[in-house]
Amino acid sequence: MENNMPTINVALGQYSDLFMLLAAIVYASAFVAFAWDLAKSSKLIQEIDAATLASEKKVLVAAGAVGTPPSSRAEDELVNDSMTYTASSAKRMAAKIAVSLTWLGVLLQGFAVVARGIAAGRVPWGNMYEFLSTGSFLVALVFSLVLLKKDLRFMGTFVIGLVTVMLCGATMGFPTPVAHLVPALQSYWLIIHVSIAVLASSLFTITFAMNVLQLVQHWRMDALAAGKPDKMPFMRLVPGAAPLENFAYRINAVAFVMWTFTVMAGAIWAEAAWGRYWGWDTKEVWSFVIWVVYAGYLHARATGGWTGARSAWLSIIGYLCIVFNFTVVNIYFNGLHSYAGL
Amino acid sequence: MAKNDMKKDVAVPALGLVGMLRWAWTQLTSMKTALFLLLLLAVAAVPGSLFPQRSVNPEQVTIYLTNKPTAGEWLDRFQLFDVYSSVWFSAIYMLLFISLIGCILPRVKKHAKALRTPPPRTPSRLNRLPQNGTIEIQSALESGLSDAEIARQAAALLKKRGYRSEARTEGPTPSAGAERGYIREIGNLLFHISLVGLLASVGIGGAFGYNGQRVLVEGETFVNSLVSYDSFKPGTWFKEDSLDPYSVKLDKFNITFDRESTTHFGQPIDFTAEVETRRSPDAEPQKETIRVNHPLRIDGADMYLVGNGYAPVVTVRDGAGNVAFSGPVVSVPQDGMYTSLMVIKAPDAKPDQLGFQGFLLPTAMTDETGFAISGDPNAINPQLQLNSYYGNLGLDDGNPQNVYVLETDNLKELNNRNLDAGGIVLSAGQTYKLPDGKGSISFDGLKRFIGVDIAYDPSKRPVAIFAALSLLGLGISLFTARRRAWVKVKTSVDGSGREERIIEYGLLARGEDHGLESEAKELRKLLEQQWPAVERAGV
Ligand code: HEM
Repeated sequence: MENNMPTINVALGQYSDLFMLLAAIVYASAFVAFAWDLAKSSKLIQEIDAATLASEKKVLVAAGAVGTPPSSRAEDELVNDSMTYTASSAKRMAAKIAVSLTWLGVLLQGFAVVARGIAAGRVPWGNMYEFLSTGSFLVALVFSLVLLKKDLRFMGTFVIGLVTVMLCGATMGFPTPVAHLVPALQSYWLIIHVSIAVLASSLFTITFAMNVLQLVQHWRMDALAAGKPDKMPFMRLVPGAAPLENFAYRINAVAFVMWTFTVMAGAIWAEAAWGRYWGWDTKEVWSFVIWVVYAGYLHARATGGWTGARSAWLSIIGYLCIVFNFTVVNIYFNGLHSYAGL
Repeated sequence: MAKNDMKKDVAVPALGLVGMLRWAWTQLTSMKTALFLLLLLAVAAVPGSLFPQRSVNPEQVTIYLTNKPTAGEWLDRFQLFDVYSSVWFSAIYMLLFISLIGCILPRVKKHAKALRTPPPRTPSRLNRLPQNGTIEIQSALESGLSDAEIARQAAALLKKRGYRSEARTEGPTPSAGAERGYIREIGNLLFHISLVGLLASVGIGGAFGYNGQRVLVEGETFVNSLVSYDSFKPGTWFKEDSLDPYSVKLDKFNITFDRESTTHFGQPIDFTAEVETRRSPDAEPQKETIRVNHPLRIDGADMYLVGNGYAPVVTVRDGAGNVAFSGPVVSVPQDGMYTSLMVIKAPDAKPDQLGFQGFLLPTAMTDETGFAISGDPNAINPQLQLNSYYGNLGLDDGNPQNVYVLETDNLKELNNRNLDAGGIVLSAGQTYKLPDGKGSISFDGLKRFIGVDIAYDPSKRPVAIFAALSLLGLGISLFTARRRAWVKVKTSVDGSGREERIIEYGLLARGEDHGLESEAKELRKLLEQQWPAVERAGV
């Protein structure tokens, strides 16, 4: 070959595929363990509550009073609103297994992603399969890292569920053997632009999960306040709506700056590749829409009457736009970004 | 941030014209309106991805209008094929930017004032603040420091921590007041102002620019003047003398195809155009390359590689034996194997004009059904497969014609695989004699061509600067905390007649601030370091 393209290591590429598959299986088990933890812990909480209630009743009956609710929230022992680990956190065996499995998945997938990069002799984010496999890896990695400091295990079912779906989508929906990049993608902007985009999307994935839980918690609290029975006892393992909202906001702010950078880097790349930095190509349109929606979200957080559930909706809509941009726009809309080469 | 005074309730005013205008202005520049317009902008941008856009893909619009004339006409009426220059889209972003400017100006004024005013008064009760605490200190009392002195030291300590602070030594309880993070609002203003700058640069800069296209065959030279372009789109304020007189000659075009992969065999992995450039007619020639992602940059007017293909060199002679056409013919690749469509028009042929259309197969092979196909994108066995026509090409009536299309309505067929004479099949170096003594055609050789875009856009630099500034402003605004801190010093006498000196501190966040708690801890540590707390054994 006249140019200096490295040769493709096909065998290593196949190992990468194998490890992706293993990671998917391990994540699926982690997902089951997280779900099991939710079910088990909420039962545990109910038992503690029942025990407290019974003992308090005895006391109260002795004192001649009736019908007062238990004095302490049993779940406070297991989760708290600052999302830090509590002394009783260790009781959640299933959650511990789930977290270990998640780390195992991260290691396996980390190997798979790196191996693919080495096999191709380039960064492993050049097609749909690679965006999804690297993206889901980052979601799992960021989530695992945050877990070291914050007790976000209540989100495990949701986040690792999404990771499993993304990875299965990659291996089943877009299986792509290792190959060279088409010339249009041969640029260091691929490294910068796409890596930040994938990282930002991973963060948005996590905040999406938080904002959904925030809304569910919000409705549940409203229902409880209206005297309705608790239909979602497992949500007692989830912090309150307000701390969820604040934590999601912090991550969204970081992700928004990254997305802003992604759009700008994309514009610089477009200038080098196509001679114009902005041309309303479908992919550009949707990146813009996503940016404006999240800008709206940040605004909403500073606008009277728009904090809380309303801003959470904006964050969720923003994420749906990201998913749309990645799936429907990539597959069905043809624009310059359909990487068909020259 | 002053969200409260932006949030005025909507009340219909019974005011005159000035009052009405004032009311409208207040509404337009409120946070709620800004949010509404932002969300509206997001929604309004969507149709541009659902319908083909003239600015991006004019051919697709034509096809849409032909296929669905009724719906297409309605869509066109609502400018849905020109979303980003439509009246409604422009109206939304213009309103948004007016709202933005109306929002920025008072905030700049307010913040300029805030920068000059001392930190806010010390509240009477610090224990109402979200973060607060007290420290009983001992040693300072013994060392003979007065309350006022301690307040001054506290102010100095806060200053060292990046606060703007002031010691308040008058009155019975001396205190220090401090505020930090003024740069947060500066960052926010920088971000919003840069957005205005960005939009202005796009609008103004773009009007002076131009872009055009040109197809260049190996050996051809492009000279930057209007006549050299195949198509040209000037900005509103473009002047012809702004075209720099440079020239670019295409020496050679190289493509590398993937020859190793079994799954991606034949996929292109590199395109490189070797060119010889002259910055001005009498400048020294320079050897340069144009590649995808690596345009040729000449004084802001840049040349981008956007397409390529083969140009077979052909000579057509007419019935009298005179050369009616000679030269490379640009053919349009139809697939990954570069099976390319070509049309040759020889209007000078006598007595009848001659026309040809058909395919170039870079590597001619026959498939299972006996059909000729190209088996490789490289020219290993190039072959022309043509039909020929004679008659009136329709070029003389002055109507512009597409060079890639042969209008066969007024032509008679000479060669076709359905005719006795059959189609023309020519390998490189061969000549074919047309039936009935109409002439001949020879396939002399094969060249490559490239398609280039030439673009000049003076807005690039200002846009880049404003984009960078807005990113900087955004980061500052989102990641610096604006907070206030106060320290109060009190001396009292306890029951046993012992003098007690207490330092009280409190912190308040302005806007989003998750770090307030750790800042309070840090501040407490510093205060305790300065004036060690009383050891309270047994308490
Ligand atoms: C082009 C339209 C606009 C965009 C894209 C935009 C975007 C943003 C973003 C991303 C933020 C959060 C980051 C930061 O705090 O700096 C923000 C904050 C803010 N914007 Fe805008 N904005 C726009 C128009 C406006 C307008 C018209 C107003 C005035 C009504 C405004 C007032 C504010 C204020 C007061 C904040 C600070 C909120 C806070 O305390 O966090 N913006 N804007």
